[in-house]
Amino acid sequence: MPGGQLVTSINQRLPETALMADAEAVWVRPDAIREVCALLKETQGLEFNLLSSVTAVDYVEHFDVVYRLTSIPRNATAVVKARVFGRERPTLPSVSVLWKGAELQEREAYDLLGVVFSGHPNLKRILTWEGFKGHPLRRDYLEPPLPYSWPHGG
Amino acid sequence: MTLHTQPVVVNIGPHHPSTHGVFRMRLTFDGENIVDVEPVVGYLHRGTEKLAEERHYTQVITLTDRLDYVASMTNNEAYVLSCERLVGLEAPERGKYLRVIAAELQRIVSHLIGTGFFLQDLGAFATPLMYCMRERERILDLFEMLCGARITVSYMRIGGVFQDAPDEFWPALRKLLDELPRYIDELEGLITTNEIVLARTKGVSPVTPEQAINGSWTGPVLRSTGVDWDLRKAAPYDAYDKVAFDVVVGENGDNYDRYLVRIREIRESIRIVEQCVKQIEPGPVRATTAMLFKPPPGEAYVPVEAPKGELGFYLVSDGSIKPYRCHIRAPSFINLSLLREMMVGWKMSDAIVSLGSLDFNMGEVDR
Repeated sequence: MPGGQLVTSINQRLPETALMADAEAVWVRPDAIREVCALLKETQGLEFNLLSSVTAVDYVEHFDVVYRLTSIPRNATAVVKARVFGRERPTLPSVSVLWKGAELQEREAYDLLGVVFSGHPNLKRILTWEGFKGHPLRRDYLEPPLPYSWPHGG
Repeated sequence: MTLHTQPVVVNIGPHHPSTHGVFRMRLTFDGENIVDVEPVVGYLHRGTEKLAEERHYTQVITLTDRLDYVASMTNNEAYVLSCERLVGLEAPERGKYLRVIAAELQRIVSHLIGTGFFLQDLGAFATPLMYCMRERERILDLFEMLCGARITVSYMRIGGVFQDAPDEFWPALRKLLDELPRYIDELEGLITTNEIVLARTKGVSPVTPEQAINGSWTGPVLRSTGVDWDLRKAAPYDAYDKVAFDVVVGENGDNYDRYLVRIREIRESIRIVEQCVKQIEPGPVRATTAMLFKPPPGEAYVPVEAPKGELGFYLVSDGSIKPYRCHIRAPSFINLSLLREMMVGWKMSDAIVSLGSLDFNMGEVDR
């Protein structure tokens, strides 16, 4: 679904939530991401019922969290992005209450990029281990110098 | 007299023959019954996404082989399709058909391995697995003819495939296509109406279509619940719009249906390859591209129907020769979302079978 159309359908029901759009994606206010996803999931005529993927991209001055939705009944896809700022704890609400499939993927985005999903039932590292320092997929991540002194895995 | 039980936490894995690699489940038992389950993954994490950021676009193809290592062809396909979308390139017709042939043969391999290990988990030790491995070997021989490798193929290239199939490939493929349906019958004769298999899998760990969609399931496990969703039909790529095939769907979404969908998909795959062999015409197999692949800034995501589900590479380009970000939408990983729904309330032995019926691959889960 083109971003322009998505902006209209979102802003119709949640005014001033969708901020901008390009040919494929729509950027929404990060604090409203859960409402937007609920809207896209449940509204008749949109029905994006499958959350295909959640991930984030580090653009150094901000993170783009990318939600890829699929509508099985309508055979359509939508890309929703939320721009979060800050390097310490970039935070936005978790969508795991809407889709159980978001749980593992949000944990992965937290682990590798350090994006915090508030309201997630079990937000901890998944691919690296407890005690790992830093978030390896961030652009400013540096490997620890040799010899490695990793803490024991947990 | 009332018996008081305490919940007991048992770790299955990470090194356990039934966990398909280094996968750990923290199961909480109340007596014999499972009350909670938590997957613990990451033991095989190699940082593929990070490695991809430090390599040229073409070099990343070799990394994709090592994700789902029983389905390397489809991994290659998903990656090169996303790369081609970045620059608006399309493979020549013959290249597309060769891709579909390779991908469908790979699907047969993956489903055979899935079925074999599923039965292994059921306790049918080694014999059915060897039946599956035997057919797999023959397909791997074909891959060897195509590209010289059997597992880590790297056969697909941006703009087509590595090389045209050699002359001896076609008679060998013909022989395989003639014999494979009979072998599948043989395998099915062992399993599909087997009383022990039916008793152990029918009605065990059922998943409803609503649950499956909510848990972001894709691929055979989603179709086993009755949802008609196949990316080869929904968003055809390569030559899938030119071949006829049916989307196999199950009914109950239980362990038995998950097995049955895979076996039936093998038959559909044979049908697709048959049509490709008929339709393929001589011509170039690879578009002429620059020596160094350097896409303009932008992003691309082309999902493909991998044997395990929707596989896609989300590539973000900043205009350089290396991907700025390469996110892998790994179906095996995301299909683990519903472990709790599948296992809670069932017994330990059922949990092992349910895990086998998911047919995940740790190389892809941990990336």
